[in-house]
Amino acid sequence: MTGAESQPPAAQEEQPTHDAQPSIGANLVQAIVRGNSVVVTILAIALALLLGALLIAFSDDAVLSKFGYFFAAPMDALNAFGSSVSNAYGALFRGAIVAPSTVSAYAAGHATASQVFYPICLTLADAAPLILAGLSVSIAFRAGLFNIGAQGQVITGGLLAGYLGFAIHLPIVMHLVVAIAGGFVGGAAWGWIAGTLKATTGAHEVITTIMLNYVAASLLNYLLATSAYQRPGQQDLISKIVRPNARLPLLAGTRLPLDFGVIVAILAAVACAWLLSRSTFGFELKAVGGNADAARTAGMSVGGTYALVMLVAGGLAGLAGGAQVLSTSTSYSITGGLNSSLGPNAITVALLGRARPLGTVLAGLLFGALQAGSITMQAVTQTPVDVVTVVQALIVLFIAAPPLVRGIFRLRGSRTGGQDGALAKGWNG
Amino acid sequence: MAGAPRPATHREPLRETTLKLELRGITKRFGPLVANDHIDLTVSPGEIHGLLGENGAGKSTLMNVLYGLTSPDAGEIVVDGTPRTFHSPSDAIGAGIGMVHQHFMLIPVFTVAENVLLGRESTRAGGFLDRRAARARVRTLSERYGMQVDPDALVENLPVGVQQRVEIIKALLRDADVLILDEPTAVLTPQEIDELIEVMRALREAGKSVVFITHKLKEVRVVADTITVIRRGKVVGRAEPDATEAELASMMVGRSVLLRVEKVPAAPGEVVLDVDRLSVDDASGHRVVDDVSFDIRAGEILAVAGVQGNGQTELTQAILGLCKPVSGAIRLSGRPIGGRSPKQVLRAGVGYVPEDRQHDGLVSSFSVADNLVLDQYDSTPFASGIAFRPSVVREHATRLVEEFDVRTGSVDAPAGTLSGGNQQKVVLARELSRDLKLMVVSQPTRGVDVGSTEAIHRRIVTARDSGVPVLMVSSELDEVMALADRIAVIYRGKIVGILGADASRDELGLMMAGVGEEKARADSEAHPSVMTLVELQHEHAGEEPTP
Amino acid sequence: MTARTVDAPLVASRTRGSLSRTQGLGLAGVVLGLLTTLLFGLREPSHRTAHLALRATGDTGGVHVPTLVVPVHLTCLILGVLMVLAGLAQATNARRSRLDTLVTAFVLLAFVFAFLAWADSGKSLALNLVDAGNGAMVRAVPLILGALAGIACERSGVINIAIEGQLLVGAFAGAMVASALTKPAATTTSTALWLGVLAAALAGGLLALLLAVFAIRYLVNQVILGVVLNVFALGLTNFLYDRVMSPHADSLNQGVGFPNLKVPGLSEIPILGPILFDGNVFLYLTYGLLIVVHVGLFRTRWGLRVRAVGEHPTAAETVGIKVLATRYRSVILGGLFAGIGGATFTIGAGVEFGKNITSGRGYIALAAVIFGCWKPRGAFFAALIFGAADVLASALGVIGTRVPSDFLAMAPYLVTLFAVAGLIGRVRAPGADGEPYQKS
Repeated sequence: MTGAESQPPAAQEEQPTHDAQPSIGANLVQAIVRGNSVVVTILAIALALLLGALLIAFSDDAVLSKFGYFFAAPMDALNAFGSSVSNAYGALFRGAIVAPSTVSAYAAGHATASQVFYPICLTLADAAPLILAGLSVSIAFRAGLFNIGAQGQVITGGLLAGYLGFAIHLPIVMHLVVAIAGGFVGGAAWGWIAGTLKATTGAHEVITTIMLNYVAASLLNYLLATSAYQRPGQQDLISKIVRPNARLPLLAGTRLPLDFGVIVAILAAVACAWLLSRSTFGFELKAVGGNADAARTAGMSVGGTYALVMLVAGGLAGLAGGAQVLSTSTSYSITGGLNSSLGPNAITVALLGRARPLGTVLAGLLFGALQAGSITMQAVTQTPVDVVTVVQALIVLFIAAPPLVRGIFRLRGSRTGGQDGALAKGWNG
Repeated sequence: MAGAPRPATHREPLRETTLKLELRGITKRFGPLVANDHIDLTVSPGEIHGLLGENGAGKSTLMNVLYGLTSPDAGEIVVDGTPRTFHSPSDAIGAGIGMVHQHFMLIPVFTVAENVLLGRESTRAGGFLDRRAARARVRTLSERYGMQVDPDALVENLPVGVQQRVEIIKALLRDADVLILDEPTAVLTPQEIDELIEVMRALREAGKSVVFITHKLKEVRVVADTITVIRRGKVVGRAEPDATEAELASMMVGRSVLLRVEKVPAAPGEVVLDVDRLSVDDASGHRVVDDVSFDIRAGEILAVAGVQGNGQTELTQAILGLCKPVSGAIRLSGRPIGGRSPKQVLRAGVGYVPEDRQHDGLVSSFSVADNLVLDQYDSTPFASGIAFRPSVVREHATRLVEEFDVRTGSVDAPAGTLSGGNQQKVVLARELSRDLKLMVVSQPTRGVDVGSTEAIHRRIVTARDSGVPVLMVSSELDEVMALADRIAVIYRGKIVGILGADASRDELGLMMAGVGEEKARADSEAHPSVMTLVELQHEHAGEEPTP
Repeated sequence: MTARTVDAPLVASRTRGSLSRTQGLGLAGVVLGLLTTLLFGLREPSHRTAHLALRATGDTGGVHVPTLVVPVHLTCLILGVLMVLAGLAQATNARRSRLDTLVTAFVLLAFVFAFLAWADSGKSLALNLVDAGNGAMVRAVPLILGALAGIACERSGVINIAIEGQLLVGAFAGAMVASALTKPAATTTSTALWLGVLAAALAGGLLALLLAVFAIRYLVNQVILGVVLNVFALGLTNFLYDRVMSPHADSLNQGVGFPNLKVPGLSEIPILGPILFDGNVFLYLTYGLLIVVHVGLFRTRWGLRVRAVGEHPTAAETVGIKVLATRYRSVILGGLFAGIGGATFTIGAGVEFGKNITSGRGYIALAAVIFGCWKPRGAFFAALIFGAADVLASALGVIGTRVPSDFLAMAPYLVTLFAVAGLIGRVRAPGADGEPYQKS
C-alpha cells in the first residue's frame, strides 16, 4: 500500500493522476516557474500601482486638506486626489521612459537627442544590476534553493572587482575582463560558502545567506577604512577610483549613463538560458530542484549541485556588484552604498520573472524603470522614492497569490490556494 | 503486547446504546474520477465488517467521507436511523465514529498521553494541563481492552504496533462505537497482526463495531463477520467469511487472477553480486542491517522477503551506494563496490528501481523523456561534453515508451500526470534500457494496477532469463512466492534464512516474525498461526475459533 | 559499535549528524580554550593587568564591590587550560549528561572573561562589566521579543522571516502615536507612552495578519513572503517617515520614552542586581512575556494544541482542533510581541524614529529562535549572547580596541553561522513548520 489511495485525486490507478504526492521542493519550483498567466501578472502590477497611488494621495497634505471638507466639495477632493497621483506617476513615467516635453523640444530644435533618451538609458542602466542579481536568485530557485544572500554576494563581488580595478595595471580590454571576472569570483566564493554549508552540514541556506549578508556588510565597512581600499586624503568610506582601463565603456556617448553593464546582464541572461535548458548541469540542477531524492538515487551528487549552484548564483550576484563598482553610476568607486537594497529587490525581480531568464530580464527592466523614474518623481513632486519599494513588494505579494488577484477582478478560475499558489518548504525540508 | 487480552471482568459499557451505521448511496467525484459510486454499506452493532478492495478501489475515500474529512457529492450517512452530515472529524467523533488511519495521526514528539488526550485534555483551572489525570485515563482505557502502553513514552520511540494501539485508545477515549481501521495490518509483523486481531475481537465483545479496511484476503476471512467488496468505487458484492479466497479475489479484481507468473526454471550462472557480512547503521546510529551475507548468480531472482522496516530499504541503499555501510563488503562480479558513490555503482551496471517511485524514482515535474534519462543524462549519446541533447533524449523516449507500453499522451508530458503503473514502467524502462550486470528492484508493484503488475512481472522474468540477476525486495508474500527462485527472509536487519522457491507461506511468515529457519519449520508444523488455524477450521466445519 | 544489541528499536528517534551535540560543544570548548591560551595568554607580557569594574557607573550606595585587577597572562593561561580540559572531557563523552549545560556555560563565561581581560590589558581605563552586562540585557530585549514572535508563529507551523518588518512597523507606530499624544515641549504622560506601546503591538499584529493571510489562506511560500513583507515594511516606513513624520517631526517624532525603573531591593544585589533589574518597563515586560510564553507553550492546553498544529496539522484536525484558526491566532499573537519589541527601539530607548532603525535585528531574532531550538528559554540565552556581542563592540570602542570594531560587529552573525552549520542539522524545527495546511 502506498499513499495513493489516501490521496483522493489519485484514487484510481488507470486514470492519470495529478501527482498524488508531489515533493515539497517540486511544489516550490513548480509554483514559481509556472502557475501564472500573463493576465494575472499584469493585473498584479496594476493593482500594486493603484495601492501605491492611494498611498501617495493620502499622505499628501494638499489632498488631505481637501478631503477634510469632502462632503462640502467632493469634486475638489477628487481633483486634488487625481492631480496628486497623476503628477507623481507622470513624473515617474517621464523619468523612466521618455518625457513628451523633451520630445517636442527636440522636434523644435531646443533639446538634444541625449536629453530625449536620457530617461530610458537610465532605466536600462538601473536594470542591469537588478537583472544580474535577479538571475542569481532565479537560478538558485530552480535548484530549490532560496538565495537570500544576493546582497552579500553583491558586496564581495563588488569588493573584488573594484580592488582589481584600481590596484593593478593591465592593458585595455584585458583589465576590464579581469575586473568583471573578479566580480564573478568574489560573489561566487560567498555563494559557495552557503552552498557548501548546506551540502555538508545541512545548514539551511536561508539562515546562512542572511548571516553572510551581515558579515559581508561589516567586511565592506572594515575594508573601506583600510589603506588598501580607502581613497587617500578622504575621511569618509570611499574607495580609490577604478582605473580607466577597467571601467565599463559607455555605449551612447558621455552624456548618457548607459554603459556596458547592460550588455553584461543580457549576456548573463542568455548564458543562464542555455545553462538551464541545454546543459547537463542545468538538467542536474532542475532535477535536484524538482526532486532531490530522485536526483540522488539517479546518481547525481545533490550536495555538489547545491554547492555549484550557489557558486554560480553568487557569481551572478557578484557580477551585479562588479557592474555597479565599475560603472559611471557609482563614479567608478566603492562606497557604503554597495550595501543597498539590491538583495531584496533581486528576490522580487526573480519572483516576478518566474525564475526564468527572459522573465527575469523583463522584470528587471520594469523595476529598473520604477527605480529610475522614482528619482524624477521625488525631485518634481516630493514623493519619496520609497513608494517604489512598496509597489515592488505589493506586485510580488499579488503575483504570489493569484487567487487573490482573480478574486479582486472577479476572474474565473478563482479558488483558494491550490497548486498555483502553493509554495511550500519548511526548515526541515 | 504481552499475549492475549485479559479476561473482561471489570468491564463496564461506555454507553448504554450501541450504534448502527448506514451509508446510503455515497458518491464522491474527483474531477473526472468517480472514487465512490452510490455505495451502500450497513454496519451493525457488535460486528467486524471487512471492507475489501484493491489499492485505489475507493475504500479510503469512502472512509474519509464517513469520518468527515471529505464531503460526499451525493448520498447520506445514517446513524441509528438519523441522517447526519459530517463537516469535520469532530462531527464524526461526536457521532461515535473513530478512525485509525493507515498513516497514523500521531505527533511523534508528544507522549502517548498527550497524543491520546489531544483535543480532550484534562486540565486544571486556567487551562493548565493535568498530567496525572491524563496518565490515569490512558491507563484505565488501555487496561480495559488489554492494550499495554506506557503513557509517558514518546510516540516516536515506540514500535509501529504499539503506535497503532495508541491510535485505537485515542478513538476509544472519544467514546467511539464504530472503529474504522484503515489497512491496519500493512505495517505489522504476523505476530502483531495476531495481537491486533485479538484486540478487534475484544472490541466486538464490548459491543463495538469495527470496520476493517484491507486488501488482504486472508486476514479479512479470519476476522470479519461480514465482508463487503468494492471495486472501482462500486460495491460489487457481499460475502460471508466462509467464502473462498478465490471467490473474494475474483470479486475484488473483476476477473480470476491469482498471482501466477509463467516462468521456466532458473539456470543460475556464476556469482554476480556477493554481499559479505554487511552492516549498516541508520542516521541515529541504530544497526539496521546486521551482518548480512548472500550472493546472487546470473539468471536467478533472489527475493528479500520481510515486513517493511526490517532493513530492506537500507540494504538496497547500501548496495547502490546511497548509504555507507559500517562494515562488510559488496562485490559486483568480484570487484568491490561497497562505499562507492551511487553514480559509480549505476555506471558499473547496476539497475535500480527504488521502493517509492514518487519519492526516489521520478522527478514528477520533468517530462517522461527526461525521466527516462535521469541516470544517464550526462553520458553519450544524450550529452556531448557539457551540452545536453534534448532531441536524442526524445527519440530514445519515443522508442522506450513504445517498447514498454507506457500509456502517456506524449513523451513531453510531466511524469507526475501518469498513473502509478505507468510511472513504474517509466522507471523500469529507464533501468532496463541500460546494459545491466545486476537489477535491484524494490517493491516493484506497490500501488500498481493489476494489468501493469503483470507486465512488470513479465519484464523482471525476462531480465532474469536474459542472464541478468535480479535482487527483488518485496513485502508482498504472494509476489515473492510467484517470482523468486530463492527467498531470503530478513528480520530486524538479519537474514534469518534463505529458502528455495518451494518454501511454504507459514514457514516464511514465521521467519518474517524472526523465528529462525530451523525453528520456523518445526513451529509451523507444531503450532500453526491463528490465521492458518482459522483457515483449517473454515475448510472443515466453520466452527468458532477457540483462542 | 558491535556492543549494541539488535533489539534496539528500529524506529529512528532523532536524526543526528556524525557528531553528537555534546561532542560538538566539547570540541568548540577545546578550540576556544586553545584560542584563549595561545592568543590571549601566551602572547601577553606577564606584567600587564586589566581593570574590570563590577559596579555600575554612577552607583554610589549599597554594597561596595571593588574593581578587579587581573593579571592577564596568568589568568588567560589558567582559564584556557581549564577550558581545554573541560572541552576534552565533554568531547570524549558521547552521551548527554546533566553537566553539559554547566560545562558549556563555564566555557563561554571563561572565554568572555579572558577576552575582556585581554582586551583591557594594559589600558588605563577600566572595563565596566556590570554596565556591559546591563547593556547586553537591554539590547537583548528587542531580540527576545522578536524571537518570541518567531516562536509563537513557528510553533504553530508558520515560518516567520518577517520579524524584522514587524519590529520596524512597531518602532514606527510606537514613536508616532506616543509623540502625537504628547504636546510638544510638554512632559510625556505615561498614557501616551502606553498607547504608543499598544499602537506598536497593533502595527506588528497587522503585518503579522498579512503574513497569516498570505501564508495560510493563499499558501504563499513563507520564506519568500517574509522577505517581501520586510521589503514592504521598510518601504512603507521610509515613505511615511519622509512624507509624514519628518515634516512634522516636532509633533510626530519627539523621541519620547519610558523612564528607567530600578526594581527596589532586587537592583541592590551586588553585580547581578544592576545587570538584571535596571531598565525601563520593556525589560520587565520581556521577563513577564518570556515566562508566560514558556508556561503557555509547555504547560497549558493552548500550548499543547499550538504545538500539535505545528507538528502534525492533519492529526490535530482529526481530533477536532481548528488548524487554520490556531495558526492565525498564533501568527498574530507573535506579531503583537514583535510590535512591542519594535517599540523598544523608539519609545523604549527614548530616541526618535529613523529610517531602518531596526537595521537587521529581526534577522538576529530569527537566528535566536533557531539557535534556541524554538524554545523561549533557548531564545533568551541566544539573544543574550547576541546582545553581549553588540554591547562589547561599543564598549571596547570606548577603551580603545585591539580588534577592529567591524569584526566585533560581525561576531553575532558569525556565531550564528557556526551554530547553524554545527547544530541545526541536529536541532529539529517543528514538524510542519513552513508547510501550508489544506483540507482535502
